[in-house]
Amino acid sequence: MIEITIGAISKPMEAKKIKTGDWGTEYPVVDIEKCSGCKSCEMFCPDLCVEVVKENRKKYAVFNYDYCKGCGVCAFVCPEDAIKMEMKEIYKLEVE
Amino acid sequence: MKYFSAGHGACPGCGLPIAVKNVLQVLDGKCFVVNSTGCLEIISSQYGKSAWGVPYIHSLFENAAPVAAGIEAALKALGRKDEGHVVVFAGDGATADIGFGCLSGVMDRNHDIIYICLDNEAYQNTGHQQSGLTPLGEATTTTPVGKMMPGKLKNKKDMVSIAVAHGIPYVATSSSGFPADIRRKVKRALEFEGTKYIQIHSPCVTGWGVDGKGGVIAAKLAVETGLYPLVEFEYGKLTRVRKIKDRKPVEEYLKMQRRFRHLFKHPMGKQIIEELQRIADENTRRYGLDVKRK
Ligand SMILES: Cc1ncc(C[n+]2csc(CCOP(=O)(O)OP(=O)(O)O)c2C)c(N)n1
Ligand code: SF4
Ligand code: SF4
Ligand code: SF4
Ligand SMILES: [Mg+2]
Repeated sequence: MIEITIGAISKPMEAKKIKTGDWGTEYPVVDIEKCSGCKSCEMFCPDLCVEVVKENRKKYAVFNYDYCKGCGVCAFVCPEDAIKMEMKEIYKLEVE
Repeated sequence: MKYFSAGHGACPGCGLPIAVKNVLQVLDGKCFVVNSTGCLEIISSQYGKSAWGVPYIHSLFENAAPVAAGIEAALKALGRKDEGHVVVFAGDGATADIGFGCLSGVMDRNHDIIYICLDNEAYQNTGHQQSGLTPLGEATTTTPVGKMMPGKLKNKKDMVSIAVAHGIPYVATSSSGFPADIRRKVKRALEFEGTKYIQIHSPCVTGWGVDGKGGVIAAKLAVETGLYPLVEFEYGKLTRVRKIKDRKPVEEYLKMQRRFRHLFKHPMGKQIIEELQRIADENTRRYGLDVKRK
């Protein structure tokens, strides 16, 4: 019997394996007090790594740093100015 | 989001995934995606690394529209139309140049598909060559800036009018700088049977020469200057436009991008900038973009 293998068909969502979180030099940090949970950042993030969660009736943005490429789009679009981009430690070089 | 996954390979700040995820969100994953060759295909469909959570097919650069038409015809013949909408994602090169004839045929036959042109204004996947949708004055590798040339000498092809002229039910422009606008227009498109053409301005950080957040900043400015009017046509009639409150001068848009920066020092640059301003003014007049002050 001939075994037929399916050709170039990929399984869904396999990109998840590729952790792109090490691409960027910066990462976003949210000020939970300022965040209104408006979801602008979530709607814009090109790397699908922001999610607005609800905790004790407070909504706020949570980042998945495994994938965040540090583009800064979320910080730019935030209407509450609740996101700050921080430099990753490894890029903070000390020059003597 | 279950329909498009993190881990795709787009440059940080690219507008393509912004557009795609918002379209898929509105369709709630009920779709069959056809993608032409180009950046979106490369960043999302490498074997074993697919970012797609919905049925997806890539065939060639030029034939996304007829592949979609074939799927639509098959779904119809099999009585399976209720399983999902047929959606094309194609670049501006694929749409306005190489797949132009194919797309025209599909619009002419009015196949029931949603055709999304992701307009990053050049052949970005092969390193920024001009396309029919590259705007006037843009420096690309095939419209280089030098003594003789100030970048591209002709403005964008008016694909929107061309699509409208086919008599299809719905034609709109949108922008990755305005995802809520994308969502609303895709929702609207679903109400029509026949070909729906939506052209989404999608920043390419690498080709346009901006930093990660600069793509979205530029996309917003393109709308706020009147250079990329957000409009909607239903059965050939202009039905809605996004009004602009305090329209910005085109310089604000141009000076922040490497692809236009030469215009501020090239001997022909001033003339090109004036012409681009004239185009923005003309768009504003033609579509009634300015908010009238009382
Ligand atoms: C017939 C054919 N010609 C040329 C190419 C090479 N090619 C691959 S992607 C691409 C550019 C795609 O440009 P566009 O459609 O605007 O999409 P973008 O990458 O800019 O999103 C080109 C020229 C090809 N794959 N097939
Ligand atoms: S920096 Fe960019 S990739 Fe990271 S969470 Fe913000 S928008 Fe997403
Ligand atoms: S855009 Fe700002 S305010 Fe809105 S959810 Fe994100 S962090 Fe919070
Ligand atoms: S080259 Fe441009 S269009 Fe392609 S992935 Fe990078 S930013 Fe996006
Ligand atoms: Mg392109």
